[in-house]
This record gives sequence, structure tokens and C-alpha cells, in this order.
Amino acid sequence: MSDATQGASEKEGRLEPRHGWRDMPLGGVIPKAGSATEYETGDWRSIRPLHSKERCINCLLCWVYCPDAAIRLQDGKVEGIDYEHCKGCGICAKECPQKVHAIEMVPEGRIKEMEAGDRDVR
Amino acid sequence: MSVKAPKMAGLKSVAPKAAPLDMVARTGNEVMAEAMRQINPDVVAAYPITPATEVVQIFAGFVADGLVDTEFVTVESEHSAMSACIGASQAGGRVMTATSSQGLALMAEMVYIAAGLRLPIVMAEVNRALSAPINIHCDHSDTMLVRDAGWIQIFSENAQEAYDNMIQAVRIAEASAVRLPAMVTTDGFIISHGMEGVSLIPDEAVREFIGTFSPVYPLLDVDNPVTIGPIMFTDYYFESRRQVAEAMKNAHQVIADVGAEFGDRFGRRYGYLDAYRMEDAEVAVVALGSTAGTARAAVDAMRQKGIKAGSVKVRVYRPFPADMIRATLGHLKAVAVLDRSDALNNHAAPLCLDVTTALYSTGLGASRPSPPSERPRILNYVYGLGGRDIKPADIQKVFGDLEQAARGHAAFAPAPQNESPMYLGVRE
Repeated sequence: MSDATQGASEKEGRLEPRHGWRDMPLGGVIPKAGSATEYETGDWRSIRPLHSKERCINCLLCWVYCPDAAIRLQDGKVEGIDYEHCKGCGICAKECPQKVHAIEMVPEGRIKEMEAGDRDVR
Repeated sequence: MSVKAPKMAGLKSVAPKAAPLDMVARTGNEVMAEAMRQINPDVVAAYPITPATEVVQIFAGFVADGLVDTEFVTVESEHSAMSACIGASQAGGRVMTATSSQGLALMAEMVYIAAGLRLPIVMAEVNRALSAPINIHCDHSDTMLVRDAGWIQIFSENAQEAYDNMIQAVRIAEASAVRLPAMVTTDGFIISHGMEGVSLIPDEAVREFIGTFSPVYPLLDVDNPVTIGPIMFTDYYFESRRQVAEAMKNAHQVIADVGAEFGDRFGRRYGYLDAYRMEDAEVAVVALGSTAGTARAAVDAMRQKGIKAGSVKVRVYRPFPADMIRATLGHLKAVAVLDRSDALNNHAAPLCLDVTTALYSTGLGASRPSPPSERPRILNYVYGLGGRDIKPADIQKVFGDLEQAARGHAAFAPAPQNESPMYLGVRE
């Protein structure tokens, strides 16, 4: 009978898809802090925020409200969006001042069309 | 108690000279509170509900009198009670609570979470019927509601067992191979408010027996921050649930070890089943809780009539001791399973489903099972719902049915014809 309180993944420091139930930490705990960046939630997204640097006034309301810290800043200005973690909730677009309208939510399906062809989002 | 030691059925005469025990008059609720005082948990969060109210009411008195170090959290509902227990346990504390019936139903969501998070919370659960109609008296519907939640469930026949089970539950739940929450049940009013002679164990001996609690991922360990309760989808949820199943498997041995050690120290040994006059029995009844005592009286009466009757009390309901059920009952001619709850499934009540599966499944570890035709005929009786009394005469009637079933074997059909489960003590 094994001690249920330690799994192999803890010794290795990371849980991988190859790990079985015996390897996992007790009770689904994530025993390492600051590991959220390793969980790429971007593939949950069905609508994608597209940010326009031209329209943006850098009020940073989107950065404040983003629940996934997916608004990337550089020198105090919005640089773009971290699509590896953005879940596409649309809060940034909602909080962007109406007159500014620097963030447009676009279905991922249309993005694929755009990437394949020629069409401008706007 | 070991299935091989039916003599241990009566727990009244086993106080050994070596252990400094003293017999006192106490109710089931009083001794559960007394066990909690001796265990001295870090946190108790509870909400009152009949008939379990006294457990935490008395314990709150211990807190107010400074007899324990416990932080007592008075919450606004049972859902909050278990939520607070989960937080406190995850923080690193030894945590206890008590509830009953609708309270358990309201906390059910968090009951499952406590097990999934592998928190060894110990709960006193006083069995009471579920609404509707509203009722405050005993049946086992409430704990059957969380039968599959991943909690260890230990049933008590009397106040002595309730007290002893509470102390053992701490050790079982906290064992490193288990780390599951545990509930100790008593039959509402029958045990919870019935006064009996109980042998109490000295405080120091209880504390030495349970030891200190070592949390695995205490949230208060701020130097080693962790995430608890993260989401798991198709990738890891299944593996996490498989771990809980393994912990319940591991509990099987731990419960036996703790029961044996308890016996060595305090003179009262505990196992999974309590088998009474089963050595040469041909027919037997199976029951949980206080009805086991009534069943023994019925067994004695049937034995005087020359019928080879026996009874089996299931003390530990989760994990279910299928192997011991098979070893104890597998060779009988007929078995009656007495259920104090109904599954309302037009088939069979919960204990009967477990017993039948143990006896008839070949996939649950049975080695060289006998052919089904040689296994016992099983009768299922639902009795005692909402606190309806069950008397020795009721169980003697069951033995009469069993005798017929044993003689006629497969041809036997109880009245009313072909009904399963049968209802014992209901007015037609």
C-alpha cells in the first residue's frame, strides 16, 4: 500500500500528459506557484480580440480589466494581446471607451478566412 | 470485529483491568461531543440541526469553557459549514463538524469536494429521514444520499461505538495511504438521545492514540504556495478520481489496523462486520446501526425454536467489505438484508444492492466462487423509515420468511407476491 500523499510528478516538478494517476499530486493540487503561464488557455477562445494601435489611446482599461493578464504592455503602452492565454471573453473590448473602439472581437473562423485570403477586418 | 470472532458482538463486558476506564451514563450525542473534546480539533464549523444539534452545542460549551483550543465557526448554513471545514482543513488544521438529514443534503455539494480535495475532515452524522414529508426521526436516507461521495462511512450500533468510532475515524481519515474524510453515524434519537453506559478513555490516551495531524499541502505554509482545486477537464479529471478510488481501497486495510490497535489499547476491537451466531447459521439477517442489537435478540429467539439463525452487522459501509460479506454469508441458504432507506428504484435498497453484488459478482475479487445456484437466496426488506420502530417480533417474521426461502429455495416468493423490496412494518 503506497503513501497517497506524493506523486512522481512532484519530484519532476511538472505534470505531463504521460503521467498516470499514481504520479499526480494529492487532491489535484498544483504544488508549484506561478504556474498559470504554463497553462495555455488560448485554445479555449472562439472569438479573438484584435487590437488597433492606431485607435488606441493607451488608457489601459483593458489591461486593468483583463481577467487573464493577457494584455501585453511595453513602456506603458498596449503592445498587443497574449493569444496563448487570452480566452476570448471580450471584456477588453467592452471596457475600451466607445469612442475609441480600439479592440474588435472577431470570430476565430473569420480570422482563419482572413489569414487565408485578403480581407481586412474593418 | 473480525468475522471469525462473533463472540465480540456484545461490547458491554470487555473493559480490561489494565486500562483505566470508567463507565458513565451518556447519550450518543454527548459521547460524540466528548470524543471531539478529547480530539481537540483546530477548527469546528457547524450549523445546528435536529437531532445532531447537541453534538456541536455541547462542544460549543467546551469551547466557551476553555477546555479545547478549537476555533468554533458559527456559520449560516450547512453548505457554509462544510465550506469552512474545507478551507480550515486545507489551511492545515484538524477539522470536525456534525450534521444530519437536510443539513447533509444542503452540504452535499461540499461533501463531494472535501473528498475530491482529499481532506481528512471527520463528521458526526446523526441519521435522520429526508423530507418530504418532514420528519426528524431515524432512517439512513441522509447518508445514503452521499454514499458515493468518497467519504468513509462508519455506522454505530450504540453510544459506545459512536464514541469509539469517532476516535478511530481521525486515525483512519488522516492515514497517509487514505487522506479521505470520514463520517461516523448514529441512529437519530435511538442512539443520539438514548442514554447508555459508556466507557470513556482518558484524554491523554485518546491524544496519544490519534497523534498529531500532519497536513500535506497546508495553505498556511506561505513559503511553499500551492494551488488547490484547479480545473481539470478531459486531461486529468479521470486520473484524479482514480486516486480517490485507490484511497478508498487503501482504507480497507487501514480501518482493520486501526480497529485492531484500538482493541489492543482499550479492550474493544473493531472490524468491518459484527457476526453473531454465524458459525453454524443457515439463515441470517444483515443490518446497519442500532437494528443489529434488535436482530441479535431475534436470533436468540429463533435459536430457541431450533432454527439456525444468525445476524451480521455492517459497521463500515464505505469502503464496503465485499470480501468479508462473501466469506460470512456466501454459504448460507438465505439472507435477508434490512435496509433503513429506500432507493425507490423498483428493484432493491442500497445495502441489499451492495450485499447482493458481493455475493453474486465474480468480478470483485471473489476467488473460486461457488455456482450461483449454491449461493444464498436474498430477500430485501425496507423498514423503519422516518423512525418507525422495529421490534424483535418484526425480525422474527423475517426469519420465518427466510426459513421458507431456505426450504423452497428459488421457488419461494414472499407475500405480497414477487415484490422487491418488501416493506416491513408499513400499514397496508
